[in-house]
Amino acid sequence: MKNGGRDVYMVSGGVTKFTKSNPGMDFRLRTKHAFDYALKDIDISVKDIDGSVASYFSDHFQRQLMSGIMAQDYLALTPKPSKRVEGGGATGGLAFQTGVEEVASGRMDVCAVYGFETMSHVNTWKGNEFIALASDTNFDYPVGGFYTGYYAMMAVRHMHEFGTTLEQLAKVSVKNHGNALHNPYSQSPMKITVEDVRNSQMVSYPLTRLDVCTMSDGAAVAILASEEKAFEMCDHPVKISGIGTGTDTMRLSDRPFLKVPLLPNEKESDYKNLQYPGVHSFRAGRSAALEAYKNAGITDPLEELDLIELHDAYTSSEIQTYEDLGLCKYGEGGAFIDEGKSNLNGKVAVNPSGGLLASGHPVGATGIMQSVFMFWQLQHSIKKHFKDDTLQVKNAKKGLIHSHAGTGTYVTVSIMEAVQ
Amino acid sequence: MTIDYNAKMPETQEGTEVYNTDPLIVKSHYEIDYIHSYAQDSEFFRALGKKKLMGSKCEECGYVYATPRGHCMICGAETKWHELPNEGKIHTFTTCYFGSEKFLPETPFNLIMVEFEGVDSLFMARLIGASLEDIKIGMKVKAKFKRNLTYSPTDVYFVPAKE
Repeated sequence: MKNGGRDVYMVSGGVTKFTKSNPGMDFRLRTKHAFDYALKDIDISVKDIDGSVASYFSDHFQRQLMSGIMAQDYLALTPKPSKRVEGGGATGGLAFQTGVEEVASGRMDVCAVYGFETMSHVNTWKGNEFIALASDTNFDYPVGGFYTGYYAMMAVRHMHEFGTTLEQLAKVSVKNHGNALHNPYSQSPMKITVEDVRNSQMVSYPLTRLDVCTMSDGAAVAILASEEKAFEMCDHPVKISGIGTGTDTMRLSDRPFLKVPLLPNEKESDYKNLQYPGVHSFRAGRSAALEAYKNAGITDPLEELDLIELHDAYTSSEIQTYEDLGLCKYGEGGAFIDEGKSNLNGKVAVNPSGGLLASGHPVGATGIMQSVFMFWQLQHSIKKHFKDDTLQVKNAKKGLIHSHAGTGTYVTVSIMEAVQ
Repeated sequence: MTIDYNAKMPETQEGTEVYNTDPLIVKSHYEIDYIHSYAQDSEFFRALGKKKLMGSKCEECGYVYATPRGHCMICGAETKWHELPNEGKIHTFTTCYFGSEKFLPETPFNLIMVEFEGVDSLFMARLIGASLEDIKIGMKVKAKFKRNLTYSPTDVYFVPAKE
């Protein structure tokens, strides 16, 4: 791996069904179920795990600090090394990459990355308040105090800058909720139309209830290993061929107006009059993609990637992210969904699992859930795990997972490749 | 003799609100007052009482911030306070029909990002005096200040300005 260190592979994964509320299990038991599923799938035991990374976002949701160590001891992983990683909505993606680093560095041969969130212990409005505390509490939280409002302002500017339409946003919702009909782990599978999306309750203009993901309870586990261990443990390990992470200012108001950092398939003349990122684009998404593509040797993402699981907490974010990842040029994200390029059988399937919009978004589990669904896709084992092969992307060989925090403050991109 | 073999905890009628018994789900209350210091951002809040909107300027690289910050995000140098114009233009907007629990009673409310002439970054605020259909990007707006301060960034808000 060009990121440095040893090559790292994913060898197994597990996910619980995401639900709005599942009070019969706490985060430890949910994580245990996902962990046991992952161990059983390749017939290994907890003794084979050298250490772990814990992924969860908020201490507020349950008013329980140090949840990481509670999961660690519940999984029978004490006294092995572990740490908690946190970075808002991108917590799962950051934890996954930390697991990659643990193995690449040679510190661990086998690392379990587990993520969870229990959001049902408070009502949705209180949950929104907790999430909004992940914005500047001097200048942003007291004025807006609502993340959907922040993203809505970004969507309005994207529409103004590039002519993106309400129908194009709605099409993302239709696609992702529709894909989820065949994902038994998903929270909100739905067969809906563009009209249904536009007619559902307005949350924050232009985003309606069906443009926005929901609160969830859930857990997910990814097991990563060195090359030697990977081929010993697993018949079809998946290589992590590159990782990238980008950052941007906490306050949307601080985002600068500069030039687009270009991908190999773009030219400066493509963006003559574009001030970037402003509040229409996620510069951290572009930075993360640049680093990951460089490390994985990708120069033409649309041609080289077969499928993508990206952070669609809002329909607008999916369209903005097509552009950050260079699947199309800035400004062409709306046309990209119109032309069906991100459909299950399109040029590059985006969120075949249903994404956050339909699978759910238990924050600390989300980025790891993406890695598990991607792992099964690249193993061509969707049928085995979903009991349905509708969502199996044909010829899936190379995929990208993308995790994203508050208005694009932290963004991770990881490239995964089938090797045999 | 300090050992009491008949020691007994006093009984109370405190009880617990129960939502469900299987699994057992109970109410757990939490409340706190923070002693929140605005620290190096304090001058912004004090200036609102003088009907002044204060941003920052980096004298090293010349970058001007509409939302103040003590150090420059471009070059890392310490910034100086810099008074902003009272009028600006809407860079983007939304109307929130839902929100966090704290702000639910205020819905629907408009949020805008304001751009100012000669200033490099934006400022987020509430807009009143216009409903969603009236709000446009590029629309002129002016700052208004509350007389009775709450020392919150909502002590300044914007209204539409005549062209």
